[in-house]
Amino acid sequence: MARKLFNEPSPLEVKVISKRFGIDNSESLDTYLGTDGMKAFWKAREMSPEQIVDEVKASGLRGRGGAGFPSGLKWSFVPRTNPKPKYIVVNADESEPGTCKDRLLMEYDPHQLIEGMLIAGMAVDSHKGYIYIRGEYRYLIDHMDRAIAEAYAKGWLGKNIQGSGFDFDIYTHSGAGAYECGEETALLDSLEGKRGIPRLKPPFPAVAGAWACPTLLSNVETFSAVPAIIRDGGPAYAALGTPKNGGTRMVCVSGHVNKPGVYELPLGFNLLRVVNEVAGGIPNGKKLKAVIPGGSSCPVLKADECDIPGDYDSLAKAKSMLGSGGMVVMDEDTCMVRALVRIIRFYAHESCGWCIPCREGTTWLRKILMRFHDGRGVRSDIDLIGDLGKGMLGRTFCALGDAAAMPTISFVEKFRDEFEAHLDGSCPHGKAHELVLSSH
Amino acid sequence: MTFSPELEARFSKMLESYPPGRQRSAVVPMLIYAQDEVGSITSELVAEVAKRCGVTPLQVEEVVGYYSMLHRKPMGKYHVQVCTNISCLLVGGEELYEHTCKKLGLGNKEVTADGQFSIEEVECMGACSWAPAIQINYDFHHHVTPEKLDQLLDALKKKAN
Amino acid sequence: MSDLVTLTIDGKTVKAAPGTLLIDAAKASGIEIPAFCYYEGLTLQAACRMCLVEIEKAPKLMVGCTTPVAEGMVVHTDSPAVAQARKGTLEFLLTNHPLDCPVCDKGGECELQDMVFRYGAGESRFTEVKHHVDEKQWSPVVFYDGPRCILCYRCVRICNEGMGVGALGIGNRGVISEIIPNKSDHLECDECGACIDICPVGALTSGTYRYQTRPWEMQHVGTICTHCSNGCKTTLGVRDGVIIRGNNRDRSGINDEFLCIKGRYAFDFVHSQERLQSPLRKVGDKFEEISWSEALEVISGKFKAALDRGGKFGVIGSNHTTNEENFYLQKFAREALGTENIDHHRTGDVATLLDALSGKQDVLATVADLYKAKAVLVIGSDLAQQHPLLSFQIRADYRHHQAHVYAVTAGPVREDNYAAKSVRVTEGGELAALDGLRDLLAAEGDLTILFGDAIKGEAVGKLVAFGDSLGIPVKYVCLVDYSNSRGAYDMGLVPGPGGMAYDQMLASPDLDVLWVVGANPLKNRALVGSKAFVVLQDLFMTETARQADLILPAASAYEKNGTVTNVTGEVQRVKTAAKVMGTKTDLEIIGLIGKEMGLSVGIWKQEKVFDEIRQKVRGYNVPVPVLTTGGAAQTAAVNGRVPATVRPELIRSSRDTLFTSGTLGRYSKMLSSVMEGPGKIFGE
Ligand SMILES: Cc1cc2nc3c(=O)[nH]c(=O)nc-3n(C[C@H](O)[C@H](O)[C@H](O)COP(=O)(O)O)c2cc1C
Ligand code: SF4
Ligand code: FES
Repeated sequence: MARKLFNEPSPLEVKVISKRFGIDNSESLDTYLGTDGMKAFWKAREMSPEQIVDEVKASGLRGRGGAGFPSGLKWSFVPRTNPKPKYIVVNADESEPGTCKDRLLMEYDPHQLIEGMLIAGMAVDSHKGYIYIRGEYRYLIDHMDRAIAEAYAKGWLGKNIQGSGFDFDIYTHSGAGAYECGEETALLDSLEGKRGIPRLKPPFPAVAGAWACPTLLSNVETFSAVPAIIRDGGPAYAALGTPKNGGTRMVCVSGHVNKPGVYELPLGFNLLRVVNEVAGGIPNGKKLKAVIPGGSSCPVLKADECDIPGDYDSLAKAKSMLGSGGMVVMDEDTCMVRALVRIIRFYAHESCGWCIPCREGTTWLRKILMRFHDGRGVRSDIDLIGDLGKGMLGRTFCALGDAAAMPTISFVEKFRDEFEAHLDGSCPHGKAHELVLSSH
Repeated sequence: MTFSPELEARFSKMLESYPPGRQRSAVVPMLIYAQDEVGSITSELVAEVAKRCGVTPLQVEEVVGYYSMLHRKPMGKYHVQVCTNISCLLVGGEELYEHTCKKLGLGNKEVTADGQFSIEEVECMGACSWAPAIQINYDFHHHVTPEKLDQLLDALKKKAN
Repeated sequence: MSDLVTLTIDGKTVKAAPGTLLIDAAKASGIEIPAFCYYEGLTLQAACRMCLVEIEKAPKLMVGCTTPVAEGMVVHTDSPAVAQARKGTLEFLLTNHPLDCPVCDKGGECELQDMVFRYGAGESRFTEVKHHVDEKQWSPVVFYDGPRCILCYRCVRICNEGMGVGALGIGNRGVISEIIPNKSDHLECDECGACIDICPVGALTSGTYRYQTRPWEMQHVGTICTHCSNGCKTTLGVRDGVIIRGNNRDRSGINDEFLCIKGRYAFDFVHSQERLQSPLRKVGDKFEEISWSEALEVISGKFKAALDRGGKFGVIGSNHTTNEENFYLQKFAREALGTENIDHHRTGDVATLLDALSGKQDVLATVADLYKAKAVLVIGSDLAQQHPLLSFQIRADYRHHQAHVYAVTAGPVREDNYAAKSVRVTEGGELAALDGLRDLLAAEGDLTILFGDAIKGEAVGKLVAFGDSLGIPVKYVCLVDYSNSRGAYDMGLVPGPGGMAYDQMLASPDLDVLWVVGANPLKNRALVGSKAFVVLQDLFMTETARQADLILPAASAYEKNGTVTNVTGEVQRVKTAAKVMGTKTDLEIIGLIGKEMGLSVGIWKQEKVFDEIRQKVRGYNVPVPVLTTGGAAQTAAVNGRVPATVRPELIRSSRDTLFTSGTLGRYSKMLSSVMEGPGKIFGE
């Protein structure tokens, strides 16, 4: 039976990959098959691998994990004629603060993800897939295992699937608490039983990924969109969004809104409308102060910067990012210093420690910011904080360093007045108090 | 060192799920599942996992130190993990964490004398849109208020004795 | 050459082979790109970010240590952006560094100090509390001071990749990351100290050297390790005549930066309390000190008397003394004492190998050859234990050139870990096992065969025949034990026609004089029924010393100049590092004995004797400049000057491990203090 929905859907949603959310037993294979599940599988069987890749290219699908890399292009990088085995790896590490969508996609529609993996397998001549799920999602690992078992039992996984002559196996793999293991190459090291340290690129996973074999690694949402793309055609999917920003995406609205929740919206959907119409506006008639558009690593937008289309290119123009779709809304009472303290404590805690600028930079920032927020800051700290961010940006081994630098730089730049207000030990929002929190 | 039949079954299945000769891949999942049964990562467990996955104990130690869900000393029977990351913070996550600390008289990663409860301030757990959120062991609880938390803990306390 | 890539670095036009890393290309053209984690020969990390450079058209700064050169690439290492990045990285590095340079062993030799001096900011903006953890001792050799560690992972890599041991790892995550030892709170490893030498800062320090001195107070004497036969260059740090450090950080020897625990730390026997510092004469069952002149008088008297009555002499030489001393000793024995009863403890059948190869070109492998060989066959030796440098070279050859390694041994060896094929045999079955490998070996491009004392006598001939039958170029290394075992044989410390061999001399009832130089033949036997007057030159009161009638305190190899020949027949120079009161070099002692007897066989100046060796000892006409500049010159594959009667049964390795070194090793505190000692061959 279907779990009670996490949040009510919004009439403004365009339900493509979340269309089964809320259906009784949506996670069962029968429900899936009964709601044109696996149609795309058969269609793909009729297509050549090149055609499948072209279809994905035509859909304008871009990676939903954060980087927004054009998926069709990525698929075309996998050397499908390489004699080595090739692997499909699903990134279900979902750890970017503000992001909670992959969870729903696996919980409500596990077979959509499985079908997406099957099609990816056909496209790149892979017969094994691994779903790397963060350790905290234990119930989802069990949940996916059940779905996978059902698929095997009913001949939708394993040898000669449904007599199609195509073989595919899927396994889940548990993480154990590490944001960095969401970074694709750190994930692969983790999958191989090591510390989650990112790898040198090139070679990219598409060429040498899991166990040094060609690997197609993508986010849960990305793979989940594939069945719809193959079923209804790339162009149809693309048409849902804006040019070069095909389709829909799961937007996780959190923070100061009346109806926080995960909503499937077409790319290009205006950010301000997400806050006010989809998520029911700010509680208690408060005013909007700022929005982090795509997870805590994205540069923050001030209220007056939010009236823009929610797609990769528009956000790039606004010097921010769509990231992982984690939209964090902050009202006028929010203490931006406190918010930044918490964001930086996260990155300091999660830095893998491999490279100097990230390892030392995030920790230094954490120490200054906590002191600063406690009212023990000095004026020069403000510039220092920004400088340290710039000192990390673009200089670290992987993008975690940037992920910590970008909010830092943008918070100081856009809310300097609030930092200055803290100098006299007071916080404009009365929130400044000794943090009794562990500093990890 | 042997585990429950269920876990042994899981492990043998796990070891087969990776390409031949790649048993090392089982290190992380094996550790976390074993921890659930053993209670914590003991040096005996490290040696055992090393043996099963064909690596040196040092290579396992490196992994243990890296992952934040792996603990070297046992946490409480009920490990209460409160998220204070940004989305939770904005709707009272920090206050909720402080409340929990006071309620149980514990600090971060501390365990009650009777070993029943422990607290951990954790990072974003993927419940941002239903914040503030906590996890007790692996169970999620959403939209948690101090009152709701009290009820949860009291219920567990009753179960305990 | 046309297949070179042309690029521009700081306005300089630079040519480099495709695939060359920017950092190397720059270095080759005299431009330094600073780096901590980059280390030639070890895997790439790109972790320290110190090597960031500006490449035109690149969106951000790029890492010089992993970016390969490209045609037309325009690189700036001197731009403001780069300078800024370096400053920033160093400022970050110092935030949690204790800056305890005044009390740090590394002070003055510290790469972090140098980098900050050259590229760092004058002041730090860091005013927060530093992360601290206490220093840990991991073994008598290795100490780790976490806060000083900059996490360049060099130690982890040299241990894992270079040594093939993998005793170091990385613990924790993020800013509290640290290096961890393999046994949770201590190390079980080779105790080679490579991790300490490779550490750019003072995070890893050695039990012998720590808090002993400031580096600039030492003189640095590059000489050859006096323990095993591999002939590693060790640079001894000497202050006030006392040796306090051994390393090879300048990577100048045939061993590059390799040294085992003996080369780095077992120099301490030199200053042992037990060193003999005065001639001793046995009176009753006690020894009493006498002066050198008295001692020489007594010896000359005894020797002359024996000569006059046509008595029998027995001379046993050393595996540790220099070529000059060995040559001079046998010359004196033959020409002055007129005896052919000369021998030494033979540890490998060099004689038969040289006979079998005599005259051929390119049939003896050098240490450097081992790094280039396409295939290597190890027979009957646990290289990691008995010949650590050779083991290191072969491992590097495998890592960098994917060499195929074959091991035919009586038990597990480290080479198994990457061997193309390992064959287990019962001792003695080595030769027979080779036929099973014939096809594999014949398919190789070339082959280098190393064999221990399992192959001796006619077995050596059979081995060479096997090699010839493969139809590919084959080179050989006959494994011997000690720092100058090879030289002892080449110089003629072997019985000539009619001469008594080692065992015969020790058993002979009618020897008048037994003259032992730097050896311990009576280690586990008593000299029964012998009327011989026993003269011993040595460093310590050994078992043989106790049975001697007169003992002369000799200088060790670290206290003299001369040459030695290593296991691969490469001649190198040893240099005087220290002086120990009351001792004399064996060369001088022999010279003085001759003088006292009025029977000189030529002046005993080391240089003169070496000239004579170059003329008289076949294969030793090696270029002098190579040696004087601290290099190694290989001898030719021709047999020494004495037609030796091979007595295979006398040839036995003393099977020293990484943690033993014959009698000498007993007097090294460091060797006897590590828990791994005495170590096992074919262990596990
Ligand atoms: C520090 C860091 C954390 C990341 N975490 C995640 C994650 O939790 N989930 C995810 O899908 N991608 C994550 N990514 C992005 C992945 O590296 C990778 O780009 C993505 O999974 C590729 O899939 P896609 O093409 O479908 O986006 C992370 C990247 C970085 C640098
Ligand atoms: S930026 Fe460096 S330290 Fe940070 S997570 Fe990436 S590799 Fe690790
Ligand atoms: S911020 Fe608490 S669950 Fe995401």
